[in-house]
Amino acid sequence: MNKKTSQTTAKSAKKKSTAQSKGKLSGVNASLSRDDKIKLYRDMGRIRRFEERSLHAYQQGKIGGFLHLYIGQEAIAVATASLMGDNDHIITAYRDHGQALSVGMGMNECMAELYGKFTGCSKGKGGSMHYFAPDKNFWGGHGIVGGQTPLGTGIAFALKYKKLEGCCLCLLGDGAVNQGAFHESLNLAALWNLPVIYIIENNRYSMGTSQKRSSAGSPLARRAEGYDMAWELIDGSSVYEIREKLAPIMDRARTQPEPAVVEIQTYRYRGHSVADANHEKYRSKKEIEDYKKNHDPIMLFQRTLAEEGVLSDADIEEIDREAKKEAADSARFADESPFPPEEEIFTDVYWEVDHKTGKNEGRIFFND
Amino acid sequence: MPQITYRKALNDAFAEELERDENVVLIGEEIAEYNGAYKVTEGLHARFGDRRVMDTPISEAAFCGLGIGASMLGIRPVIELMFWSFSYVAFDQLFNNAPMVRYMSGGLINVPIVVRGPANGGTNVGATHSHTPENFAAYTPGLKVVCPATAYDAKGLMKTAIRDNDPVFVMENTLLYGQKWEVPEEEYLIPLGRADVKKEGTDISLIAHGRCVITCLEAARQLKEDHDIDAEVLDLRSIRPLDQEAILKSVRKTNRAVLVEENKPFCGTAAQIAALIQEHAFDHLDAPVRRVSAYDAPQIYSKPLEDEMIPNTRRIIKTVLEVL
Repeated sequence: MNKKTSQTTAKSAKKKSTAQSKGKLSGVNASLSRDDKIKLYRDMGRIRRFEERSLHAYQQGKIGGFLHLYIGQEAIAVATASLMGDNDHIITAYRDHGQALSVGMGMNECMAELYGKFTGCSKGKGGSMHYFAPDKNFWGGHGIVGGQTPLGTGIAFALKYKKLEGCCLCLLGDGAVNQGAFHESLNLAALWNLPVIYIIENNRYSMGTSQKRSSAGSPLARRAEGYDMAWELIDGSSVYEIREKLAPIMDRARTQPEPAVVEIQTYRYRGHSVADANHEKYRSKKEIEDYKKNHDPIMLFQRTLAEEGVLSDADIEEIDREAKKEAADSARFADESPFPPEEEIFTDVYWEVDHKTGKNEGRIFFND
Repeated sequence: MPQITYRKALNDAFAEELERDENVVLIGEEIAEYNGAYKVTEGLHARFGDRRVMDTPISEAAFCGLGIGASMLGIRPVIELMFWSFSYVAFDQLFNNAPMVRYMSGGLINVPIVVRGPANGGTNVGATHSHTPENFAAYTPGLKVVCPATAYDAKGLMKTAIRDNDPVFVMENTLLYGQKWEVPEEEYLIPLGRADVKKEGTDISLIAHGRCVITCLEAARQLKEDHDIDAEVLDLRSIRPLDQEAILKSVRKTNRAVLVEENKPFCGTAAQIAALIQEHAFDHLDAPVRRVSAYDAPQIYSKPLEDEMIPNTRRIIKTVLEVL
């Protein structure tokens, strides 16, 4: 934990290597059961297989628009979701498939949403960038860079106002740190001691512009110091490390309450979106290969769990087979689902209209 | 019935709603300890405390977005913009988050916020502080927009807006804050989307919203006195939802309409009203629908020219005489 006034800096630094040390899990990881560990591993694989299947559907022309794939960043989604209690909430940007599946949304509703089908999580009205599951404390899925950061701050405000001991995990990409809304949010969160943790998923490129070419000052999380806020850097390739370092920050957010900025270093293997044809031009193939070969979060966790004796080769194969099948089934489900009926265009615009409360009069839609 | 100012009527609406519902909070710049830049929230911080009435930094994007986020979890923020002109620095939050979240979530979420503050010219403050964005807001499906003209309407519409489960933008007027009208002491609500005939008439319909309603009432008085013309004044009160039936009823009665607004003419609110009239009451019209809007240039600072730029009785009367 970095903060000029923080007492925890030294303590935190000592912990740094603990998460990765074999066989001696500490902190929040020590209490993980075998099933918990398998779930973390399984969910990362499910995200990847889901997205690979969605890419295939995109290439088949079944999905249009934007498709921002999370492949390479899966450890962050599963680790953050695994730490959430009943009063903890999460909100993210448009690269949201991983968070959605991690909080427990089903592949069917997620895939159907990509297809624009009525069975989708938003009835086909939101698309890839706009998944929501408020019943799972997941508040989207937001398309405008940095636009969700004031909303996440507001969720934290609501928790504090209602005197609930919870926090909001507000995820953003490294490109979003240069939006004014982000800085305004940090100021307000620090000023009002709101229980929000801004998690920068730093995949090194804001669309096609590298961090070096877009952001002054490094690390990005250090910008928290300007607001007298604690910050932390985390290696995003290790599920254990994310959990271990994030858990105490979430605890402080809930109990103090106080905000923090966390930067998780990660990498996306695909382009900014599937439409990003240049992603092998603004970075080298060698760089991409290095991440796949040496830093892949699924591969690394698989190796760790194999060494711990949690996973056998047969388990690994079986888990992957199931994930592939689930993804294939979801594509079939989406394919066979109907598009929303035309009258759906005019529902879910206004709560008062949908609920026929009669509180509003006059004309509210202005079609021919 | 006691007479109170527009300002006091709003203040009473906030006090009553803060008292009624624990989830109502007031958020904005200078609204708490300073008692409001226009004293609309005077005394509320002293009465309800820091938790319910909160000063914010000058940071519209953050506190508007914070209000939207909090509302998703059931808080009912009433967010003051010192001027609606300042909404432009929070455009993404107010126009791209507030109205879209419900739709994009397939109806899983709703955003019960009120965003309010003055939206008017005529105060000699130049172009950046004189915007009237009711047309922008009404253009956006998912938003509701009301523009109260009197203290009575301001209180009744504000209370309804606070209880509404969708985002409602309330556009007030600094030149009206100090004006007094009769307001009943007992509680009342005015539904959104219900226009009000402020003056009955038979010869021509003057259709307006916000302070232009008051200007129209004065123009109608002079038209009667000087020209024996009996003008009807219809106050829209709400732009979206819109009381289309009341507009058509008035036009079918008088067969002539002059639309008066402080919006600029191009793509202003009255352009939409004119389109509805020609579509639904064409056969009832004895003359083309005319508009008196603000002049189509940035708001000028120089006071005598600004007074001419926004609709005034002279311009309204001139247009009416051209139509009749």
